[in-house]
Amino acid sequence: MKYLGIRPQDLRVAVFDFTGCEGCELQLANREETLVDFLRAARLVRFREIADEAADEYDVALVEGAISRADEIDRLQRIRERARLLVALGTCACYGGVNKLKNAFDFAEANAAVYGAQAKETLPARAVSDVVSVDLAIPGCPVSKEEVERILQHLLWDVPWRFPSYPVCLECKQRFTVCTFQKGELCLGPITMGGCGAPCPAGGLGCLGCRGPAADPNVDEFRSIARERGFGDRDVAAKLEFFGSFDPIAAR
Amino acid sequence: MKIDLEVDLHHLTRVEGHGDVYVRIEDGKVVEARWDVVETPRYFEVMLKGRPWTQAGLLSARICGICSISHCLASIRATERAFGVEVPPAAAKLRLLAKDGETLQSHYLHLLFLAAPDFLGLPSVLPLLEQKPAVVDLARRLRGAGNRLSDVVAGRTTHPVTLKVGGLTQPPSLPALRAVRGDLERSIADLDALVEIFAGFAIPDFVRETEFIALRPGDVYPSIGGRLASTDGVERAEDDYREMTNEYVDPRNTSKWARHMRESFAVGALARFNLNHALLLPPARALAERLGLRPVSHNPFLNNVAQLVECVHATHESLAMIDELLRDGMAEVSVPVTPRAAEGVGAVEAPRGILYHHYRYDGDGRIAQANCVIPTTQNNANIHLDLSALAAQRAAAGTTKAEMERLCSMLVRAYDPCVSCSVH
Repeated sequence: MKYLGIRPQDLRVAVFDFTGCEGCELQLANREETLVDFLRAARLVRFREIADEAADEYDVALVEGAISRADEIDRLQRIRERARLLVALGTCACYGGVNKLKNAFDFAEANAAVYGAQAKETLPARAVSDVVSVDLAIPGCPVSKEEVERILQHLLWDVPWRFPSYPVCLECKQRFTVCTFQKGELCLGPITMGGCGAPCPAGGLGCLGCRGPAADPNVDEFRSIARERGFGDRDVAAKLEFFGSFDPIAAR
Repeated sequence: MKIDLEVDLHHLTRVEGHGDVYVRIEDGKVVEARWDVVETPRYFEVMLKGRPWTQAGLLSARICGICSISHCLASIRATERAFGVEVPPAAAKLRLLAKDGETLQSHYLHLLFLAAPDFLGLPSVLPLLEQKPAVVDLARRLRGAGNRLSDVVAGRTTHPVTLKVGGLTQPPSLPALRAVRGDLERSIADLDALVEIFAGFAIPDFVRETEFIALRPGDVYPSIGGRLASTDGVERAEDDYREMTNEYVDPRNTSKWARHMRESFAVGALARFNLNHALLLPPARALAERLGLRPVSHNPFLNNVAQLVECVHATHESLAMIDELLRDGMAEVSVPVTPRAAEGVGAVEAPRGILYHHYRYDGDGRIAQANCVIPTTQNNANIHLDLSALAAQRAAAGTTKAEMERLCSMLVRAYDPCVSCSVH
């Protein structure tokens, strides 16, 4: 079918999971009001979590999870060779996610603490883009299905997608959410990229920055305001490091 | 005719996470039958070290994409028991509601998206989009009601935002709560339709006697906290969970294994039913009776039926709970919290079985040591031994490779394993 003389692309979509909780791919099966349309628009040819179908031919690879073992590197490289478009799906794939908290520990000690004498193989957790080239990174812990749907529409019509440059704060204002920062909680909303719809502040929880930095974030001012309001450097660090999404900034 | 065959399923489909099934039959005898978890380890117990108490629940939730609410609640319970916190009654009810929402979405996901294709002879639910759109619609509506219940109460169905140590950040909005009550009310008819679909499925005839372990609070069907009970007659306090789980490391698995009175035991919907059937709400008990589910049932495939029974229970429990909250109000949903150097255990019945979080806090309110015992970890040995027994039964009767593959996959899926979770 053509719309205004343009035919949408037929995209074969495959879903792959690495080090993570598989919560982002689960979002693909959520949002029940549009689920049927979504499943018709994205031709899922491989999605191990919910289907036996396992095609090796696909156009788009949705890759979930961080990379933290040698076999994952091999598997990811094979996917990269096959996919026309490789999408990092979720904060673990985009930034390493909470898995990166592991990197601060000595792995021999970590193994002894969890597995005793029978250590298991593990590497420092990395983002997908640290291993292969990524065409599109959709952050979120978990991803917003609404945003995934909008991105899919862009892909189907071959229209470039752009993430918002504004921070989460703007979406709190749109929802009339009372400012979490003003209520006395440390919130990374002012420096975090919007587009999620700000569900955490709306639920009374300060933003943890799962989507990573907004465009040109004013981190110095953020730090000084946090200090003024009585938050110590340790409190700020505990938030900035949570998802590994502010690593270059946190190191400053 | 004595059969020879090999089943080698690398990264079994329609389960959460990565596990392998291997079965080899020679001359009609089982030479090898294995269930191995090969998921990449994540070391959450290490990552939790040094985290402030305010972040423990948020980080723990990330162990699992399906049962993040259970992880968050077990974590919060461990911290509250360490700090000696009692939450207001409205908060306790709201948490139960959030959990019921999770049970519903998780059980429906398993029953309709993961298990049903086996009974329908399909590779997934995707072909149903064209073949049986009414069933997809049913799945969509049922799962939607569960997800919305968690959304309304916990702020989000995956990785909740309102659940915190001391209670909740805020109560749900009244219009949203009333709307989700309507969804649940309407889902009762859909649930009846689902029961009719499942009543027509042939449940494989297989029994291997085992031990079942679940929470048994005594006065209500189990959900958050309570004593631990086993069908082998053992009862223990929540704090003594280690004596009930006895985790050990298997060289071929990244998930640990567990044992108690026998070589293996099982947790999950069937275990909860076997130990608490008398406390199910009447419509759920009637359904169990109708579908022939009686305690103590040792057929692991009946876990699907037990999940269905629990969906009925959770729906009716939620409706009653919402009515109570609307009647009594939700003026107070949290209490102030003062951290202290102390230890606490939190046990919760996650959709897939009993889940424990155990933390030791230092004087700064940061975690010094953490231990998490996951339902699928406790089921691994049982799945493994069931595979052997099932393979032996079918090998003796004579079967094909395809049929053996189908049955072995169905067996593992019946446990609804949460593999990433089990590795954490």
